[in-house]
Amino acid sequence: MMRPGFTDPVLDAQSCFRAVLEAMSRPGRVQRLAAPLQPPAPLAPATAAVLLTLVDAETPLWLDAGDEAAEWVRFHCGCPIATTPAEAAFVLATGTPPDIAALPQGTDEAPEAGATLVWQAAALEAGQGWRLSGPGIEHEHRLRVGGAPEGFRAAWAAQRGRYPRGVDIILCAGEAIAALPRTTRIEEG
Amino acid sequence: MAVLARAGGEAIRAHLADAAPLPPHTRLRGPETGLVMLRGRAGGDGAAFNLSEMTVTRCSVSLPCGAVGHAYIAGRDQAQAELAAVLDAALQDPARRPSLMAAVIAPLAAAQAALDKAEARKAAATRVQFFTMATMR
Repeated sequence: MMRPGFTDPVLDAQSCFRAVLEAMSRPGRVQRLAAPLQPPAPLAPATAAVLLTLVDAETPLWLDAGDEAAEWVRFHCGCPIATTPAEAAFVLATGTPPDIAALPQGTDEAPEAGATLVWQAAALEAGQGWRLSGPGIEHEHRLRVGGAPEGFRAAWAAQRGRYPRGVDIILCAGEAIAALPRTTRIEEG
Repeated sequence: MAVLARAGGEAIRAHLADAAPLPPHTRLRGPETGLVMLRGRAGGDGAAFNLSEMTVTRCSVSLPCGAVGHAYIAGRDQAQAELAAVLDAALQDPARRPSLMAAVIAPLAAAQAALDKAEARKAAATRVQFFTMATMR
């Protein structure tokens, strides 16, 4: 059964956009989203809000969340569904995220064409776990991402060699979001 | 759909008063008003061009039984769009369909057909037969 999207499409999307902006400018800081949403399983409210805010008819989306979620996103965002992650502007991972090296990286002339990975993690906890540093972080931020796959940190470190090309990540869990822009360094805590 | 889109909101409400009450619904999208680009072709087979933009209001609702109804109407009457979407969803229910068709859709369709016919008759009265041009060729 089809479920509704934002109650107030304009104001809810604006406040969610503000939260994503805040998360991107302060990597690793956890933001709370207030918009009440009841998306189809397995989408978490934060994941659904980020998709409703950022994805539209001009951004192909690849997702691993099943037919009901795909149907919901297509109805509310009007986006094309990509058949492989390599063709997508936004990649939604509700399970194990795909290898970031396999996603569009952009080019040196147009690094903004790199994909954004919306990664629904099991949990997000600030103050412990990875040590993050880089632009937007004065000393260090700490973030623990529940369910991060084994080789993720190595893949992320390898991506730094390709800068300015690369992939940005928006992490979602429950009603919380955090972001890992491509400029952020991750060290084990 | 076409009948509900052409009828006014007031006319739909008036006919609904005789029908069984509509079930409660959840708004999925809208009602929201926007612009739709109208495209035309000269002579029906020329190259497509953008004729103009048109104000359209759309609405999608779902009923507790799971049926989803959509409506797109010309103009800005958001109440009509919502009502048309609810009716679209309710008409998918085989139990409700016959009574709604009889109480709402059939009278509206008949009224629209009568209006069309009256206009066609008025236009036909002013018709000019260009038989001279046809015979002089």
